[in-house]
Amino acid sequence: MAAQKQDLLAGSVKDAAVGALVAFGLFAMMIGMKTEVDVGGLAIEYRWGAVAMAVAVVFVGRLLLNLFVWKSEKPVTGLLGSLMPTQSSFSKVSHLVTPLLFVLAVVLPFLLMYFLGTRGSRQYLDLAILVTTYVMLGWGLNIVVGLAGLLDLGYVAFYAVGAYSYALLAQNFGFSFWICLPLAGILSAFWGIILGFPVLRLRGDYLAIVTLAFGEIIRVVLLNWYEFTGGPDGLSGIPRPSFFGLEFERGEGGFADFFGLDYSSIHRIVFLYYLILILALITNIVTMRLRKLPVGRAWEALREDEIACRSLGINTTHTKLTAFAIGAMFGGFAGSFFATRQGFISPESFTFIESAVILAIVVLGGLGSQVGVVIAAVVMIGGFEFFRQFEEYRMLVFGLLMVVIMVWKPRGLISTRVPSIALDRRKAKGISADMVQEGHG
Amino acid sequence: MDYFIQQLINGVTLGSIYGLIAIGYTMVYGIIGMINFAHGDIFMVGAFIALIVVIALGITAATPLLLLILALVLVLVIAMALTAVWGWTVERIAYRPLRGSFRLAPLITAIGASIALQNFVQISQGARNKPLQPLISGNFKLWETVTPEGSFVVQISYMQILIIVTTLALMVGFTMLINKTSLGRAQRACEQDRKMASLLGVNVDRTISLTFVMGAALAAVAGLMFLLYYGVIDFYIGFLAGVKAFTAAVLGGIGSLPGAMLGGLLIGLIETFWSGYFSLEYKDVAAFSILAIVLIFMPEGLLGKPEVEKV
Repeated sequence: MAAQKQDLLAGSVKDAAVGALVAFGLFAMMIGMKTEVDVGGLAIEYRWGAVAMAVAVVFVGRLLLNLFVWKSEKPVTGLLGSLMPTQSSFSKVSHLVTPLLFVLAVVLPFLLMYFLGTRGSRQYLDLAILVTTYVMLGWGLNIVVGLAGLLDLGYVAFYAVGAYSYALLAQNFGFSFWICLPLAGILSAFWGIILGFPVLRLRGDYLAIVTLAFGEIIRVVLLNWYEFTGGPDGLSGIPRPSFFGLEFERGEGGFADFFGLDYSSIHRIVFLYYLILILALITNIVTMRLRKLPVGRAWEALREDEIACRSLGINTTHTKLTAFAIGAMFGGFAGSFFATRQGFISPESFTFIESAVILAIVVLGGLGSQVGVVIAAVVMIGGFEFFRQFEEYRMLVFGLLMVVIMVWKPRGLISTRVPSIALDRRKAKGISADMVQEGHG
Repeated sequence: MDYFIQQLINGVTLGSIYGLIAIGYTMVYGIIGMINFAHGDIFMVGAFIALIVVIALGITAATPLLLLILALVLVLVIAMALTAVWGWTVERIAYRPLRGSFRLAPLITAIGASIALQNFVQISQGARNKPLQPLISGNFKLWETVTPEGSFVVQISYMQILIIVTTLALMVGFTMLINKTSLGRAQRACEQDRKMASLLGVNVDRTISLTFVMGAALAAVAGLMFLLYYGVIDFYIGFLAGVKAFTAAVLGGIGSLPGAMLGGLLIGLIETFWSGYFSLEYKDVAAFSILAIVLIFMPEGLLGKPEVEKV
């Protein structure tokens, strides 16, 4: 036993040393020598201390992981794993979590205003609006990625189409937000069909790259079509939404005046919050209802095995196209909301990173899980804001987290799949996605 | 006509760089059937390592020719070796644990790895772009046409010759390596049937790792070429170059080495002619559109084999 321990220790140290050596190879130049623009060309700033630190971190980290996790008989992660919600315990809790989250979301503005006052709650309300926008985008993309199993890396294109549709319709024709919203959704869905029609015959990863390409094409066009979209300057002065015709303005005929309240700029923020909350909930309800329809079941069947679907007579192109179009439509709604909230849009807001963030929310939350999307959006967007002072590091951490969580739990954090239909409702429990074998196609 | 030939030369040069990157995509796709989305960023890391070595060695255009050649070979070797370590690490951390997991998992980690690499370089090397004084200047005048409006010189710079010759040499070397050595044989075996190859004693994990290492080393060569040719790099060059090289790999037929080279040349030519004759702003749109069109109408590419779907 003692000899075995000796072996374990020696092996771990050796392995950690190799790891440290590799880390030195990686970081010696990229961290240790920083190129600086200097007079008469570039100069190098040496930072060996940082390299030593990085190498030491890798050495110690690998050593500890070796001793306690990888080579140990009782890995510490086993303990951690038992703390994680298992599928059965989660399905019990989820009945409570979902209504709780819902109630919290509904009373949030009043809660905030009660505790923090009107002025103090404003930034938190802004954050809540942002998070809810991402929840809505996540739910929209969840239809495409989570239910239909089509990896879409260009989802932000539909978000952009929605935002620009609203901005251009409102500025050129003077349409109000409530007329533009459905129009923007329809236009986005239309674009979804146009883009989807030729590409949906492709296999999963090809589809991902082509959607990425389309996302970039739309962005480059927005950037260069100066007369129509304003190019890199974007569009500004986008009209704000009104509450059934009541503007959020000081004075006669405004929202505050009509209801006999004192004018406050927070009214508009609270209104925007409820607007996006309702839009997001509509997305959720429509998705949940669609899952029970034949088309929804076809989506999920398609995700599991495309060849089997085809042999059962499902028209895969049409099924994929509906998923693509409906997902795009919700992206368009969210886009017009974004435009009306910001009052200013430019191609800067619709980069590939944005698509990656939305995709990460869907994937890390657990493909196909609606609650998972909410939790992932709150954690990720909230985390982004919380670590605002470490701004330059947050995308690095975001990328690393995407890798680590995928390696650790490839099915996302909440990987329960609730059957959309079951013979006996009481027996219908969530199935851990780890047990589901994914077909190719 | 002269303008056309000049653009042709420029296009072939650009195409050589794309082709070198495309080989990395095509080899990885051939062997494990995944798109190594982080490959473009490996190319960017290679360019940065090359830049750092060039500055650290103090190479300038004033260096005597013989010494300059020796130094550049040294830069190339160091950049290839260190970039290969990066390629190996990315495979080890982000892809190997997910082998046999569901289809989209490695693609998602690849996107994560790509974002992480970009931001790592942005933090460690700064976000500003890095200009480098040209090391190899001068060109070789092919001919000159005098017209009433002025004269037009068709020329090929020494840099372009260097890029085209190096690419050709590497291509020949790589084809030999794949066709003649035991490593190449192991790679082709893994490509056909991984399980069978491992039953016959091929170390599959090691072969896959070596594929990534080779792809990264070639990307480092492309990085050095890019650095010397354009003279300026930043942390974001990997994304566009990566997408274009991937387009090249698909156009040539993914999984096929000569296809990657052919695709690279075509993409380089199309991009150069597009920006030469139509519009500079939309040259990226041209590359993206070609990608979409090729994938839709001939997904097996020019030299690829059609994929057979199995249940």
